[in-house]
Amino acid sequence: MNARRQAAVLAAPAAALLAGIAVVPVLAAAWLSLHRSILVFHEQRFIGLSNFRFLLGDGRFWSALSTTAYFTAVAVFAELALGLPLAVLLHRGGGLLRAAVLLPWAVPTAVSARLWAWLFNADYGLLHRLAPGVDWLASPRTALHAAILVDVWKTTPFVALLLLAGLQAIPQDVLKAARVDGAGPARTFFSVTLPLLRPSILLAALFRSLDAFRVFDAIYVLTEGGPANATETLSIYAYKTLMRSGDFGYGSTLAVAIFACVVAIGLSWLRVLGRER
Amino acid sequence: MRRAPAVAAVLLFFLGPLAWQALTSVWPEAELTRPLPSRLTLASYAGLGVPFARAVLNSILVAAGTTALCLSVGAAAGFAVARLEFPGRRFLLGGALAISMFPPIATVSPLYLALRSVGLRDTLAGLVLPYATFALPLTLWLLASFFRQLPDELYRAARVDGCTPWQAFVRVFLPLSWPALATSAILVFIFSWNELLYALTFISTPAKRTVPVAIALFAGEHVEPWGQIAAASTVAVLPLVVLTLLFQRRIVAGLTAGAVKE
Repeated sequence: MNARRQAAVLAAPAAALLAGIAVVPVLAAAWLSLHRSILVFHEQRFIGLSNFRFLLGDGRFWSALSTTAYFTAVAVFAELALGLPLAVLLHRGGGLLRAAVLLPWAVPTAVSARLWAWLFNADYGLLHRLAPGVDWLASPRTALHAAILVDVWKTTPFVALLLLAGLQAIPQDVLKAARVDGAGPARTFFSVTLPLLRPSILLAALFRSLDAFRVFDAIYVLTEGGPANATETLSIYAYKTLMRSGDFGYGSTLAVAIFACVVAIGLSWLRVLGRER
Repeated sequence: MRRAPAVAAVLLFFLGPLAWQALTSVWPEAELTRPLPSRLTLASYAGLGVPFARAVLNSILVAAGTTALCLSVGAAAGFAVARLEFPGRRFLLGGALAISMFPPIATVSPLYLALRSVGLRDTLAGLVLPYATFALPLTLWLLASFFRQLPDELYRAARVDGCTPWQAFVRVFLPLSWPALATSAILVFIFSWNELLYALTFISTPAKRTVPVAIALFAGEHVEPWGQIAAASTVAVLPLVVLTLLFQRRIVAGLTAGAVKE
């Protein structure tokens, strides 16, 4: 067997696995989205683009889309805004602080949502004791922000670690040169460090916005999309359509829409990143 | 920025909720309305019983299976990508990265039908395959970049000594790659331990639930059993505390490996 063929054999299982569990299913979801398919009725009928026509007029879809977009924008912005000072702190600090901060990232989202649900609990939650009168998860206005807080708590450490890696890659000479030229710490940070950190910040924003847009776990555990669908994101709506209503046709249509949104977000960030080079 | 207050605020925000959860888990259920417990008890842990122990075992099995599958498949492909020439080499790495960004909900419906048709729906083995969507790209990237950092001479020397590419991989490169394998194993284990959506969708028998599903669906007869939820959460977090404390450097390096090189 020649070397080229051996190489292909080594790579084939991974390629086949990725194709089988990711590429083919995405295509299959697109195919399913063209059908009327109710699982319990064993019904599957080709209906062309009818599901997509329904999607365009589906108010619940548009509301879930705007909820998801709001969640993503606010969460990612907050995580970057808090992650940057945290990265600076970690850059100076020791390993124990880094391990402490890493812990929320490692905790399962289902657990972190339960943990915060307990803090938010309207009868005897800690936050309720500190600031009585606000029922965090029951009011449509606060529930989504409570979910954002859970996301910020869990993923700011990840953002900080990405930015920390960027900080560590900045050559000491550049910072020393700035100091020699008479720049104070604030001036050095804003005129030297921050511009050099731009690629890391953009990369963190790319990873985080793709991840935040598919938010499911935190909201499913905190509110299941309630109260009154105020926290229903696209993944939650698609999940309910698929698993609660058993509507695999329209559920797949929603899944395809989510996939398209994620591709669009990814490509626009890549364009911004590409322009940086 | 003054350091001490900032560190204190950071620790309070990130560790406070976890500490409160741990305290709740040893707080007598009947005293939850009081500002602080008058005594501590392990009753909530005892109340978890066999069902939750099953969930822990299920999670360990799924995470171990995912780790074994992805490490064996990913190490071979990572070596091929890093050291060998074959058609579609660049495409494999880029494709894997793109796949790791796929929203899982986008593939849930066809995976559900596929697993059902081969009899793997509602089985733990049926979770291992979908888990590879996030675990395999990670393993592939970490191992490919590790194998790239090894000197070129190593591969050439192995070939001169008569090794086929396969033998060079198994006898020379694989034994050297344990640091990257360990990093991948830790990260894959954590991600599998934490996964909710697939496990929630594909598993219907309560005895086959994984830890995140058990915690997400925890419900009492009349009131939420907050003490038991806190105890279950503490058990779920414990292995992660051990892993982060022991392998903090490795985890951070693995998580940021791609970001630094860009």
